[in-house]
Amino acid sequence: MLEWEPVIGLEIHVQLKTRTKMFCRCENVWGEEENTRTCPICLAHPGTLPVANRTAIEWAIKLGLALGCEIAPRALFHRKHYFYPDLPKGYQISQYDVPLASGGRFVLPTAEGDREIGIVRAHLEEDAAKTIHVGGSAGRIAGAEYSLVDFNRGGTPLVEVVSEPDVRSPDEARRFLQLLRRTVVELEISDAEMEKGSLRCDANVSLREVGESGFRTKTELKNMNSFKFVADGITAELERQRDIYEGGGEVVQETLHYDPSTGSVAPLRSKEYADDYRYFPEPDLVPVEPPAGMVEAARAEIGELPGARIRRLEAEVGFDLAEGLVSGGRDRLFEEVPGDRRAVANVLMNQFAALSIDPAQVNAAELGKLIEARETLPRSTFAEALMATGDPDFRADSYLVEVAISDFDELDPVLDRVIAANEAQVTSFKAGKEGVLGYLVGQVMRETQGKANPKVVNERLREKLGA
Amino acid sequence: MLHVARLARLEIPEDQIEHVQAELGAILEAVGKVSELDLKGVEPTSHPLDLVNVWGEDEPRPSLSREDALANAPDPADGAFRVPAVGS
Repeated sequence: MLEWEPVIGLEIHVQLKTRTKMFCRCENVWGEEENTRTCPICLAHPGTLPVANRTAIEWAIKLGLALGCEIAPRALFHRKHYFYPDLPKGYQISQYDVPLASGGRFVLPTAEGDREIGIVRAHLEEDAAKTIHVGGSAGRIAGAEYSLVDFNRGGTPLVEVVSEPDVRSPDEARRFLQLLRRTVVELEISDAEMEKGSLRCDANVSLREVGESGFRTKTELKNMNSFKFVADGITAELERQRDIYEGGGEVVQETLHYDPSTGSVAPLRSKEYADDYRYFPEPDLVPVEPPAGMVEAARAEIGELPGARIRRLEAEVGFDLAEGLVSGGRDRLFEEVPGDRRAVANVLMNQFAALSIDPAQVNAAELGKLIEARETLPRSTFAEALMATGDPDFRADSYLVEVAISDFDELDPVLDRVIAANEAQVTSFKAGKEGVLGYLVGQVMRETQGKANPKVVNERLREKLGA
Repeated sequence: MLHVARLARLEIPEDQIEHVQAELGAILEAVGKVSELDLKGVEPTSHPLDLVNVWGEDEPRPSLSREDALANAPDPADGAFRVPAVGS
């Protein structure tokens, strides 16, 4: 049996949340009425000229620096030519051989040590318009009757980040993307929401035998619009390539589309994407030579990076919780909430995480008080209180008056009823099946409508069952 | 030549291919004269003006109304530019 090694590189598009577009001053907004944020420049009327957005340049530099890149002393915009209805000029203004930022590295902490993922480049470009395919099956290109083009998104600024093929598993790809997302969110340059398309990810995927040097033919995988789909899509493509090689075939270089509904990948209908974009320097824009002051100002705005914070928190709560807290944007709240570190981390990663409360709105001291008292509270009260922590006026005290039932006189009759009603489970627990106890505790919680103290119930049940 | 024509969406009638090919060849030859010069150490000129860092501040200005934006569209529908189905 051959052992295969995945070779994965990511191309990530980050949509900047500047107030205006990349080369005109139309508003850069999401979700507005179609074609209400356009002008002669972003509609490519003849004779119009682009004017670069200074803030977009500053933010691209900031991201480049956060990715450890060198900032080019002199960068150029290029025209990338292809015909498609979402591109009214017939070319996209992008960057080619002298991007703003190149040669960086992204440190991805793992439980087994740091993984380093090379960053080839981070360059600025304008987004294409949004095309909606009408007719055919569910908005897909195949079989559409016609297409509607909305130019609100046309010309909005994107930074494209290209990684080296240093990623070695679908899970690593997902974690890299999640931490990169956290980075851009904290730099406050993008909402980076995959479901809205403000963060997009394509993957270049190939396989080779373990120990083999050099690379084999890669395919480009598109349309993975969630973190899970990135991992699932790459997994599906790796399996497809492995089957081809093990069946004695060869992988063909092509662009593939991941279909989450079937979990499979299929070749994308050709857009006649002759890979011949005929790049040349954009004559309507002058070169960018980032002044030292601009670069240093951008550098000064970069705080402690997510990877470094995972390493710092790992010592307190272990790697998994540390990564979860940082990736989920809850680590700053975690550091402010007083109390037992693991208990706080667990609540933030579990019950709290499920509530989609903005961590910045939470009064950390009050939350700490609540977490400390959680075992004396009825579960339902704790859940209710946790839900209220998003309110700036939240006070733990108003919930701490309800105390969970810990009194044996009240609990014993319930426990006895549950024991009598679940003979089979009691027998298997006595035979050593520990897990059954959780079920019995659950029954008691149900009978008491969540008002019993689970910890006390747990201990009392053990006593009664003679364990 | 046909490859370039296809990329540029130029339809060249069969009986003119030879003619266009000759013209294009002449143009390339003329431009090729530049490579006879010794250009070692000369930076490629991407812009005729000796300017860098021309940019605008990130302050929104009014956009066109949707009616104006779509005024030149041959076949608008649902507030959008309607185009023939692509890729199918």
